[in-house]
Amino acid sequence: METVFAITLIALGIAATLAIIRATIGPTSFDRVLAVNTIGSIAVLLIAVYGFFDGRPEFLDIALLYALINFIGTIAILKFFRFGTLGDHGLHEEGDEQ
Amino acid sequence: MSVSVLIDIIGMVSLFVGSLAVIFGALGLLRLGDVYQRMHGTGIVDTGGAGLILFGLLMLSPDWTVTVRLILIGFILVMTGPTATHAIARAVRVSGEEPDNVKTKRKKAVKRGRK
Repeated sequence: METVFAITLIALGIAATLAIIRATIGPTSFDRVLAVNTIGSIAVLLIAVYGFFDGRPEFLDIALLYALINFIGTIAILKFFRFGTLGDHGLHEEGDEQ
Repeated sequence: MSVSVLIDIIGMVSLFVGSLAVIFGALGLLRLGDVYQRMHGTGIVDTGGAGLILFGLLMLSPDWTVTVRLILIGFILVMTGPTATHAIARAVRVSGEEPDNVKTKRKKAVKRGRK
């Protein structure tokens, strides 16, 4: 049983390495965001499988938290790219709609 | 062959196929030529790889609390993965980057030739 978990861990490590290479050489910033999102998904799976491999399934709580934070981080980075701020649009200049 | 051995075999096979899907998705993320094409590799990792690996762990789970957590992780990944990919695609489209096809490739080649 542990052999299967070890093979899965090695495969996830290889996939994470490939995604890290793409995040390093990515021509545009959206390539990097995409690669970081993929690294987050792979990390969730890696934590879950490692919990089973080590016989401590409590690691699944950490995987749960990482899945939520990965989504929020991606959306925050995209919003920053699009608007240049993270929601404080009216603070620095007097908006005409306020 | 008893039922528990069968369930174990199903779990191991889906773990193996899921790790193959994750590797191929990451390979697509590395090798394809465009942001829009690379999004396809991310989709494979998010749906096929994560779904199969979590299903395999579900088959091998020793306790019902572990099962509940695995189902919760699968639900969150299914809800947030396509949303994040869709948001990235929309951001790329808004930023003015055009997808690779024959016309835009010719345009880019002309631009590169002028440089």
